[in-house]
Amino acid sequence: MSNIIQQLINGIILGSVYALLALGYTMVYGIIKLINFAHGDVYMLGAYFGYFFIQVLHLNFFIALVLSMAVSALLGMLIEFVAYRPLRHSPRIAVLISALGVSFLLENGMSYFYGSDKKAFPQAIRTIQYHIGSLQISNIQLLIISTAITLMILLTIIVQKTKMGRAMRAVSADQEAAILMGIDVNRTISFTFAIGSALAAAGGVLIGLYYNNIDPLMGMTPGIKAFVAAVLGGIGLIPGAALGGWLIGILETMTQAIGLSDYKDAVVYAILIIILLFKPTGILGKNKREKV
Amino acid sequence: MTQLLTVNNLSVNYGAIKAVQGVSLSVNRGEIVTLIGANGAGKSTILRTIAGLEKVASGLITFENQGFNRMPSDKRVQNGVVLVPEGRRVFPGMTVQENLQLGAFSVKDKHQVHAAFDTVYEQFPILKARLNQDAATLSGGEQQMLAIGRALMANPKMILLDEPSMGLAPLYIQKIFDIIENIRNRGVTVLVIEQNAAQALRIADRGYVIESGKIIATDTGEALLVSDDVKRAYLGSDVLIK
Ligand SMILES: Nc1ncnc2c1ncn2[C@@H]1O[C@H](COP(=O)(O)OP(=O)(O)OP(=O)(O)O)[C@@H](O)[C@H]1O
Ligand SMILES: [Mg+2]
Repeated sequence: MSNIIQQLINGIILGSVYALLALGYTMVYGIIKLINFAHGDVYMLGAYFGYFFIQVLHLNFFIALVLSMAVSALLGMLIEFVAYRPLRHSPRIAVLISALGVSFLLENGMSYFYGSDKKAFPQAIRTIQYHIGSLQISNIQLLIISTAITLMILLTIIVQKTKMGRAMRAVSADQEAAILMGIDVNRTISFTFAIGSALAAAGGVLIGLYYNNIDPLMGMTPGIKAFVAAVLGGIGLIPGAALGGWLIGILETMTQAIGLSDYKDAVVYAILIIILLFKPTGILGKNKREKV
Repeated sequence: MTQLLTVNNLSVNYGAIKAVQGVSLSVNRGEIVTLIGANGAGKSTILRTIAGLEKVASGLITFENQGFNRMPSDKRVQNGVVLVPEGRRVFPGMTVQENLQLGAFSVKDKHQVHAAFDTVYEQFPILKARLNQDAATLSGGEQQMLAIGRALMANPKMILLDEPSMGLAPLYIQKIFDIIENIRNRGVTVLVIEQNAAQALRIADRGYVIESGKIIATDTGEALLVSDDVKRAYLGSDVLIK
């Protein structure tokens, strides 16, 4: 029993990182209907930026976290500007391929310049284990979940209460009507990429600290899982991304706990397929067909 | 009278389709001007091009002596031209209040936004009663009120209305026409497309009749209302009865 609770805790921690990544997928999909395949690589680069700020510039962890988010926000805007904006009126498949191209470019580029081997992420914060009965949880795990929740609250405030957030929702709902309100759609899309990328970078830095190492391909699997999390929760829906992220994190650690480590992804995806068969628009999605 | 909007020899294409061919029209400050014509004549295209949603193939659009041809849509809104599009296009999943706030997106001054809210509440008490309701759940008539109210939130100098009475019950249609006159009386210039041509001509200072992308007649609202050609072609039986 206590083992199950322990795995639940671990799953929630891992799921927090998936959730941070899934938010970016879902916001970008919501606003330009693009599955941004390069998103997992922004997470990877975020981890490298964090590594650079801590290892090379010897900055405090939290300052490094914020700076990495800021730089990644700029990177996200750059990717959108260079690789997606020129294709805004092209068929969707062209943009999708462009996204794949950016993904490979970032992965191979990092391998080329910094090597494809794993780098040890500096232990900017010394790990302390807390024991509660037979359960244990570390300060790093607590940091991950509290950072994730803080960022989600901030995001909710931005999206629900600010002028820019309203503009984001308006562009997602009806781009042409948004233009008629005097909203600068390009700026709004840029802003969405900035926010999504900053959240991904936060996930990358946190996971670097948690697993102690980073590498240029570290974004691939979490990227796919976060994408699935976004779909599972209901793509385009912010609360759905958070829910989906946590659910996948929990499912993953649970299947490991019952001794199916080697098949964990297969089991996780089988469950997801079953859920989506019954609710194709995701858990929080309304059951209506997507407008084309 | 000062000319607010001038459209000079405008042509607009959708690929090979020539939707608007050499249209010239003007709207003076404080006027209600209406565009009438059959389905597919090019009326919506003209308004959409003025709002910056369609590209000018040739010709010139000028508003308050500023060239509009290359100006992005959001700058046109800032300059005081707002389009209420065909089909209302309120933002679903957002409340009435959020829709109105979005209408004021281009207004920087907070006091101005507050004043605009007051004006809109006064004009549309129904909206005030439904501030926290999802815009998608409003009735068609209420959505049209919201679409117009939302446009007024930008404090426009000129409002472009694309078939505001479409799909509404007769009682509501009359209400919409009253609102249009009201808007003008507040000093906002109006350019309106209407299927209910007779009713539009009654409140309009002037009208243009469009056919296959060209203007075939223009005159005062009254004169067009009694013009036999126009009557036969566009007004239908409702004028003959009244
Ligand atoms: N997006 C588009 N792509 C291609 N052709 C279009 C498009 N929009 C309009 N058209 C064509 O341009 C012409 C003018 O259309 P427009 O919508 O301006 O007419 P309208 O006068 O507003 O008609 P209605 O009274 O039916 O609204 C029509 O022949 C129409 O088929
Ligand atoms: Mg039309």
